[in-house]
Amino acid sequence: MSALGDALGDKSIKLSVSASTWTEAITLAGDALELSGRATAAYTRAMIEAFEELGPYMVIAPGIALAHARPSANVLSTGLSLVVLSESVKFGSERFDPVRIVFGLAALDHDGHIDLMAGLSELLLDDTKVNMLLQSDNESEVRRLLG
Amino acid sequence: MKIIAVCGMGIGTSVLLKMNTEKVLELLGVQAEVQAADMAKAKREGADADIILTTPELVFQLEHMPGIIVPIEHVFDLIEIRQKLANVLS
Repeated sequence: MSALGDALGDKSIKLSVSASTWTEAITLAGDALELSGRATAAYTRAMIEAFEELGPYMVIAPGIALAHARPSANVLSTGLSLVVLSESVKFGSERFDPVRIVFGLAALDHDGHIDLMAGLSELLLDDTKVNMLLQSDNESEVRRLLG
Repeated sequence: MKIIAVCGMGIGTSVLLKMNTEKVLELLGVQAEVQAADMAKAKREGADADIILTTPELVFQLEHMPGIIVPIEHVFDLIEIRQKLANVLS
């Protein structure tokens, strides 16, 4: 399995879910990190605080946010969660709003997740795959797409 | 030459920016060390960086740094990174 596939553990993927605010959307990504054993509930709160403090630069591409907080004791293992919203939500990004895909990232340290980020970068550079991801409500299909 | 890629936490945007910058430098045939950093590390270890890459939202926090600040709008846009780096390097 690819680094990206490995990073997304069981129960880390939520498709066709709804959120009405960026806080709800990040909470969904945080819940999925918790359910898949990557982080604690405190990490979800830290991601929301980080977003409040540093603003919408975490929206990294059109329609795509990478929610994360600093490495800390709230991270149990390095990994990702993936939330695809049925309807887009405003994150306050001038360039890339509105958002429909939210990745949650938990990292134990600053350099143990490079393979995972390379996989993520490769995926997000591929418009066809991103469009397929937006249109899928089937987890096995999404997992095949992620490689 | 030393380049630092900076974001708030040092694990997300800065890492993506570092990886894509390394791809561009290879295309340009330029040798440089590229480091990913959060704000604190950038302020601590970035004083000797020639070029500071970051996203437009964070530029104001780095303006006191001696290196040339290059805001990158889209960290996945290798063409944007190549053009902006080529401008600074020429």
